[in-house]
Amino acid sequence: MSRIEAEVGKPKGGLMKWIDDRFPFTKTMKYHVTEYYASKNFNFWYVFGVLAMVVLVLQLVTGIFLTMNYKPSAEEAFASVEYIMRDVEWGWLIRYMHSTGASFFFIVVYLHMYRAMLYGSYKKPRELIWIIGMLIFLVLMAEAFAGYLLPWGQMSYWGAQVIISLFGAIPAIGDSLVEYIRGDYSISDITLNRFFALHVIALPLALIGLVFVHIVALHEVGSNNPDGIEIKKLKGADGVPLDGVAFHPYHTSKDLVAIIVFLMIFSAVVFFAPEMGGYFLEHANFEPANLRATPEHIAPVWYFTPFYAILRAVPDKLWGFILFGTSVILPLFLPWLDRSRVKSIRYRGSLYKSALALFTVSFVALGWLGMQPPDGVYVVVARLCAVVYFAFFLLMPYYTSIDKTKPVPERVVYHG
Amino acid sequence: MTDDEMDQIDRNRRHFLTIATAVTGLAGAGLVAIPFLSSLKPSARAQALGAPVEVPIGSLEPGAMVRVLWRGKLIFVLHRTETMLSLLPDNDQYLRDPRSEVTEQQPPYAVNENRSVRPEILVVEGACTHLGCAPLEKFEVIPAEHWNGGFFCPCHGSKFDLSGRVYKGVPAPTNLRVPPYRFVRDDLLLIGQDTGAA
Repeated sequence: MSRIEAEVGKPKGGLMKWIDDRFPFTKTMKYHVTEYYASKNFNFWYVFGVLAMVVLVLQLVTGIFLTMNYKPSAEEAFASVEYIMRDVEWGWLIRYMHSTGASFFFIVVYLHMYRAMLYGSYKKPRELIWIIGMLIFLVLMAEAFAGYLLPWGQMSYWGAQVIISLFGAIPAIGDSLVEYIRGDYSISDITLNRFFALHVIALPLALIGLVFVHIVALHEVGSNNPDGIEIKKLKGADGVPLDGVAFHPYHTSKDLVAIIVFLMIFSAVVFFAPEMGGYFLEHANFEPANLRATPEHIAPVWYFTPFYAILRAVPDKLWGFILFGTSVILPLFLPWLDRSRVKSIRYRGSLYKSALALFTVSFVALGWLGMQPPDGVYVVVARLCAVVYFAFFLLMPYYTSIDKTKPVPERVVYHG
Repeated sequence: MTDDEMDQIDRNRRHFLTIATAVTGLAGAGLVAIPFLSSLKPSARAQALGAPVEVPIGSLEPGAMVRVLWRGKLIFVLHRTETMLSLLPDNDQYLRDPRSEVTEQQPPYAVNENRSVRPEILVVEGACTHLGCAPLEKFEVIPAEHWNGGFFCPCHGSKFDLSGRVYKGVPAPTNLRVPPYRFVRDDLLLIGQDTGAA
């Protein structure tokens, strides 16, 4: 028994006992932290869940401080953001941390989701963790979208105009639904006010609740690993999985390294490239909203562009909306689309590997195409990539069931 | 609880009460939701601010266009020249709805070649019917492209002619919407209201 386990296991007295008699503190800490066993062969891909938590906390804290100076009204919003940038002590830092945090949230979450696709983390028995995760992703998209309207810049206004108008494509109820979302005949002070409420109260609450449930579900079934093996199948005499090590101190100390590296990169962006060449903060948004003119080139922030490119690739309003919505929702069904007997990419056959490679290329390409003007060759390539994107999901039941898989080992293995 | 006591439970009664309580509770929750959901509709003030706007057009030269806001929506008021009007019928073959047959896109008095009350004065909403961007004026004639002047949406490339009629093969499904309007005087346009003496 290690020293730490010995300390946790010894009978307690004093304050700790007083608390434990009234609140399951020690029990909870053991269950979720000191005696939660996760595979010992976690690699680089397994740090993004923790990093997503770090960014969430960063967004909550910086967000609270921003609301102390921000004014959610069409008259004052733009000026109050400039006020935060110029006149509030360290306001620029807090605001840039928040705006950079939004982009990093998506970088980390996309990599976290990609990890699940590499190692089959969505497969049985982790379907519900994946579904909750997808809900987190949807709420995060809504949160980012609502937040982007708040500075009331040109891109805030016209970006919201385009996305809210999407709902107008729904037959019969479309127009009244759009009016209901805006609360006015056009995007106005009223719209800004309600997006503020959603951005600072409703959606963050939903986000925190879903993240909590995501982790509870994860700790119920246990973490997956790069081999896609259930480590709970082989346990030692002490009941601890042979291939598992305690989350604390083993995984936490590894995660700390990841957090430090992450914060180094994050700080570099905050201090030296907060606009990231127009990718994190679009240039048109440094002009206040002008209801009389759309910016020459309009594109959403980079994290929405893959789906936006699909929307634009369709030359029909209703079908564009349907395919756009489907492309966002489709990954939700991965647990049932994937018929493979193995979880991890390590033991999959060449069919799945090629499919995943094509999917990766098409998704990244769509992301880039979504930022380009909607002309000639770009639209053709976007259509091609959209076909690959949909084919990856819709043909998955077929190619995963005929794919030649390799035998999966009993115990986890290390690579490099 | 003893078996004897268990036997005395009227399960039908218990079941009825459970269902009745649940249904009453749900109905109550549904009714309470109404005020909350209704509060999201355009408020009385938003409706009042949507009152008609007057646009003086006496000084609007042929070929000139003004952009005004009605209900926060962008409205284009364009004084078309004789040349502009004469080229309109040539566009018909390239248009999706040249006869303005989609009824909700304009009031009945704007169902004509010029989509207007007075032939020369065009009044349309400056919101692309695709996703609501404001189209740009592109009034110069480019014969090589069969372009007799019109509006071009920078967002997704939709094209409209000088009557706000949509071209074929673009993402916008319908013609630009014509708001309700009337001429109060010869030189005064009222946007947002079309009843009463003209």
